[in-house]
Amino acid sequence: MITQAIFIIVSLFTLVTALLVVRHPNLFSSALYLVASFFGVASLYVLLEADFLAVVQVMVYIGAISILIIFAIMLSKGMMGKHTSPHNQQDRWVALAGLLLAIILLYFLVALVQWPTTPVGPVPANAIQLLGQDLVGRFVMPFEIASVLLLAALIGAIAIAREREI
Amino acid sequence: MITLDKLYLLSPEFILLIAAFLVLGIDIFGKRRWQKALPYWTIAGLLLSMVASFWLMGHKETVTDTMAADSFAYYFQLIGEMVVVLVTLALVDYLPGRTHQQGEFYALLLFAAIAIMVAVSATDLIMVYLGMEFLSITSYVLVGFLRNDKRANEAAIKYFLYGAVASAVMLYGMSLLYGLTGTTNLAAIAQKLTAGNLVSGYQWLLFPALLFLTVGFGYKSSLVPFHQWAPDVYDGAPTPVSAFLATASKGVGFALLIRVFVTALPAVKIDWVALLYALSVLTMTVGNFVALRQTSVKRMLAYSSVAQAGYIVIGLVAFNGKVPFTAFNGVSGVLFYLLAYAFTNAGAFIVVGAIEEHTGSTQMDDYNGLVKRSPFLAGVFLILLLSLAGVPATGGFMGKFMVFGAALAEQFYILALIAIINSVVAVGYYFKVIKAMFFVPGEGPAIAVAKPTRYALVITLAMTLLLGIFPSWFLHIATTSGLAMVGL
Repeated sequence: MITQAIFIIVSLFTLVTALLVVRHPNLFSSALYLVASFFGVASLYVLLEADFLAVVQVMVYIGAISILIIFAIMLSKGMMGKHTSPHNQQDRWVALAGLLLAIILLYFLVALVQWPTTPVGPVPANAIQLLGQDLVGRFVMPFEIASVLLLAALIGAIAIAREREI
Repeated sequence: MITLDKLYLLSPEFILLIAAFLVLGIDIFGKRRWQKALPYWTIAGLLLSMVASFWLMGHKETVTDTMAADSFAYYFQLIGEMVVVLVTLALVDYLPGRTHQQGEFYALLLFAAIAIMVAVSATDLIMVYLGMEFLSITSYVLVGFLRNDKRANEAAIKYFLYGAVASAVMLYGMSLLYGLTGTTNLAAIAQKLTAGNLVSGYQWLLFPALLFLTVGFGYKSSLVPFHQWAPDVYDGAPTPVSAFLATASKGVGFALLIRVFVTALPAVKIDWVALLYALSVLTMTVGNFVALRQTSVKRMLAYSSVAQAGYIVIGLVAFNGKVPFTAFNGVSGVLFYLLAYAFTNAGAFIVVGAIEEHTGSTQMDDYNGLVKRSPFLAGVFLILLLSLAGVPATGGFMGKFMVFGAALAEQFYILALIAIINSVVAVGYYFKVIKAMFFVPGEGPAIAVAKPTRYALVITLAMTLLLGIFPSWFLHIATTSGLAMVGL
């Protein structure tokens, strides 16, 4: 019962801050709301007893990605104080389509499918160890390819963001 | 677990990775003479990798659970490598004067080739996603690489925004599949789905999952209605990059569509056949009728390549895994079509790029009297356009023959009829260009074509004719590669 209440509060917090990310006219404030939204997601992981995921969420998304975004905004000329319009001509239709899609998905995914809710079992004590072993065992190829991807992205980012062309 | 003795199955990827590092290293530390040869280092790496892919064909193994080493994967790897060779040849004279960062450009091109190879070998949803994302990210950079070109920047942003949405939707679809079956391995998903003892009401869930996956793959292969990015991106990107996107990158979308649907989702074949049927009709019709109205040849080619995607999907609609296997199993037709299409369309984009380089225009009117100004370009373009239109004795004809034949063999008569009507409509706009080049008088200085571009065009021309006149060896390879997938 209490978990239920906490879940509702946390999800509402996550959703409202996520909405503010896209609706706030100031880009810098949007970035700060994004941090808040990430915190909400981390709390959801805690509620699901996925403590490792929660820590990763805080470290990677809040610790690294949000800081990166904030830096990018601060370093872009005239982005800090400026107000940008989060609206365009299509936003009413997009909102309607999104709402419709959400209703359809919620109906089909939640109401029609009997998701198994019985717990699979207690989380083993060495869960993180198993995860690490899988990363260099069963999933070693995705793990390695991801590093090549990051290298390519790094080269691409430098090539695009370099000081000047010719 | 991966064992070291299986690593040789990944040698094409390793060769390209080494080549990419070499290109970057030479660009930074190499002598001036070596730096000038950067595209040729790139091509050398690609050729070596092609040899490896070809040599490994016929294997049927897996490298860990996440990557397959089968003929199907190597076939698509070969297409990707060949297209990148052609693109590199076209870039030799395109890049100097446009950018100083040539090393990065070639390295990214090689990374894009690696991404293709990874994606087409994926047998796990995680790997599928990574491969797609890898290819997308390198493609965004390649499209927007020339920073001073406003249209290229617009194209890159458009491509990125569409791509981000499409890949998010696809990932959602994957998460649904994972939630249902508890595994990300394609074969294991198929097993769980056919075994049937899943949560109740799951049939409902499979359709959105299927639909969302189709959004991701359809975006890569520019199926209507996920094609909106295609015309602007093909039009705005550096022309050699357009050639890459319209052929090799598009091929990856089809490879994954086949691999995921055939291996993981045979349980809902009826659903995806119906879905792809509708998409195929839409794609052909929209692509062709919009192409008819274009006045820019580059944009016309962009819409024509959307329409071609519609024909290619027919092969998957008519997919037939029944024993005894025939060449008209649909999937083999898709493979052959994509091979022929890769050479033909890459060549067509390279011709348009060569003309744009000289006249600064892609308008149909500027093609008037091209035969007098450059008989070579006009001649090559004639054959390539005939192949795109599907005239016999060209690779394009054989591709259409295989795919439409599969549709007839599976008794999709209406679909075949729609496809044939569409092919006739397409002749209208291909011949408009031919008419302008050969029969409408036009004046202008002679157009000189750079040597490497000339080589690329000769290769595409030779392969287009070879695939049309002596297709049997290639048909055999396409059929066996297709069967490696179908016969699972």
